[in-house]
Amino acid sequence: MDRPLSHSSFLPPLFSSAPHPLSPPHSVPHPSAAPSVNAAERPARWSPYQDNGGTVVALAGRDYAIVAADTRFSVSFSIPTREFTKITQLTDRVVLASAGMGADRQYLHKMLHTRLAMYRHQHQRDMSLPAAAQMLSNTLYSRRFFPIYAFNVLGGIDSATGEGFVYGYDAIGSHEQLKVVCSGSGQAIVQPVLDQQFSGRQRYSVPDAERAPSLTLEQATALVRDAFASATERDIHTGDALEMWQITAAGVRQTRYELRKD
Amino acid sequence: MHTTEPIVTGASVLGIQCVDGVVLGCDTLASYGSLARFQRVRRIVQPGADWVLGGGGEYSDLQEVARLLETMVTREYCQEDGVVRAPRAVHRYLARVMYQRRSRLDPLFNSLVLAGRGRFLGVVDMYGTAFESHVVATGFGSLLALPLLRKAWRPDMRMEEGAACVEHCLRVLFYRDCRALSSVQLARVPAEGAIEVSEPYELGELQWHVAQTVA
Amino acid sequence: MSSSSSSSKGGNGGGFNFDHHLRNQWITACLQGNADASTTDPVPNYARHARKTGTTIAGVQYVGGVVLGADTRATEDTVVADKNCEKIHYLASNMYCCGAGTAADTEATTRLIASQLELHRQAVGRARVPVVAAVNMLKRHLFRYQGYVSAALVLGGVDEWHGPSLYTIYPHGSVDQLPYVSMGSGSLAAMAVFEAGWREQLSEADARQLVYEAITAGIENDLGSGSNVDLCVIKDGGRTVEYLRGYAQEQVRTYRKPDGYAFPKGTTAVLAEDFRKYVQVRKVVSDL
Repeated sequence: MDRPLSHSSFLPPLFSSAPHPLSPPHSVPHPSAAPSVNAAERPARWSPYQDNGGTVVALAGRDYAIVAADTRFSVSFSIPTREFTKITQLTDRVVLASAGMGADRQYLHKMLHTRLAMYRHQHQRDMSLPAAAQMLSNTLYSRRFFPIYAFNVLGGIDSATGEGFVYGYDAIGSHEQLKVVCSGSGQAIVQPVLDQQFSGRQRYSVPDAERAPSLTLEQATALVRDAFASATERDIHTGDALEMWQITAAGVRQTRYELRKD
Repeated sequence: MHTTEPIVTGASVLGIQCVDGVVLGCDTLASYGSLARFQRVRRIVQPGADWVLGGGGEYSDLQEVARLLETMVTREYCQEDGVVRAPRAVHRYLARVMYQRRSRLDPLFNSLVLAGRGRFLGVVDMYGTAFESHVVATGFGSLLALPLLRKAWRPDMRMEEGAACVEHCLRVLFYRDCRALSSVQLARVPAEGAIEVSEPYELGELQWHVAQTVA
Repeated sequence: MSSSSSSSKGGNGGGFNFDHHLRNQWITACLQGNADASTTDPVPNYARHARKTGTTIAGVQYVGGVVLGADTRATEDTVVADKNCEKIHYLASNMYCCGAGTAADTEATTRLIASQLELHRQAVGRARVPVVAAVNMLKRHLFRYQGYVSAALVLGGVDEWHGPSLYTIYPHGSVDQLPYVSMGSGSLAAMAVFEAGWREQLSEADARQLVYEAITAGIENDLGSGSNVDLCVIKDGGRTVEYLRGYAQEQVRTYRKPDGYAFPKGTTAVLAEDFRKYVQVRKVVSDL
């Protein structure tokens, strides 16, 4: 299967964003919800999409999975709120994080929770990790021609073996089971570091079999915190705070760390 | 048919959460492009007993949202079971309405701020994005007033102080936002007790000293 | 004085230049009515990726001088290109200039005008040049380039003719003279602080504090601005300048992995080895 379609390569026609208000204030369009009647001041055509930025990461070890995201919610060059969660817990063993458009994310999470509840009522048990992963894909593909502008990473542990797995998605449901994945505005900064540090890519001398992640939960936690601190240094849409969910056989644990606010 | 080009528009709405309630504020102007068309318009409405709604953007769409909420409140009343939606539930409802309309590519061209009993303060935009926050500013206010509100906000702030802060920000908006007015409306939503929505009034203490320093 | 207008193609080292081919292609497409901005954009890619100082810059006049301030973030689109760049540029011993817009333009413009000011100072044989001279040179330069030199400037200075003065100069060459000003993508956040806190007859300490707060508002609330606050105080008739680089550093990295990153030997694979003996070195005696 192809790697998930990337954030940028997927977007061009539908997702072209409104012009950024840059330095000279006279070129800034009036940002009230209501642009002027004057045609020259208005963006060409109203778009139902908005990019609210943010970075999401999921990685998995032999007996754990970590799902992490920053909490910044941005609209072009401003931050309407610093506390907007991108993460939702689907079951005792599965957690989802989504970057992209805030409204689409909220819709998607709501939809998934509804379908999970229906599944629980029908089957009297929680969905397994692979089932949840497939359901997310189906939900995304159901809007194939009016995509949900959310970039998802799903993490959890296998209910039978306790081994951690994560899944990476594009906006319309193409997905892949992985051990580490990153999506959103900081993807280009974070993914290569995780590939090297977590998956041992680039170490050609190491046989493939030995590249399997050997990081402990504590080491992986430190790596994710560092990755987010670095993404915040260089990506303007990532920052404010980091929410991290650790999933082990003992259950899920949620932690919050501060990030730069500038 | 589709409002993707707003005609008559309201500007910013500001909100701040205090220990004893929430304060909401906005001016009373509905502009027609750059024309200050309707100058004593109410942009804060109170369809329910427990919450108020402040709105910017297309004014006719705001009236439609208000009508929708009034219908909702009337239905609740007719049920006669004494059950009413809590502010948070109304906020979620609004988010679904706005998201549904944007998904029909026929958006309600507004930024809405909901303030309710129990110190509730939340925003919904025309895309259906909904969040709660200690301080809130929509439209031009998100660039001019939000920095001031964030700096002024303290967890132990009381409503008198919050109201002064919102007034102060409305004054700054009047100085710098061409679509703002000095006639404003404030809503005080105490954690418990009756909600007060003021009549439109003129901002005091406006200072134009700077004019004398310009050569 | 106006060498810059002809120097854009200079230093090419000969050869062909196909820039105009792209432009002509675009014009042809426009005339045929099928110009598609995404495929035949007249702006070359390298120009669009120019480093912008999506910026907060500001200045305040006080009784004895002026205070200028700037953040230190430079961005290329959504990536932070420089976390601690200098946006307060030297113009003359009694004048400094904050720049917002394209970094290359603000730097080149202020450097050009700084040298012209020094030449002017020597020509008239005075200790200092009046601030209006700099304003005139800057606005004429920017006006001549019709806004294509994207420099939005906040100019502050003190001279013996007018005392402290503060100007903003827009990319198209228009000028404002005001007691408090701001520019850049964070200018609204900064201006809000000024409108809320400015008074007449500010003391130096109050002026510093106000500018610091204005820049901080930009750093915290505008994504184009960030990192540290730089201040520059010009006072004492233009004889004293306090350039406070790194006046405040409040936004700092929140975490660093304690054990760092150690790369074991063999991380970079050796795919092939080839050893050769060095070639003999001979001494050559030149006839020259």
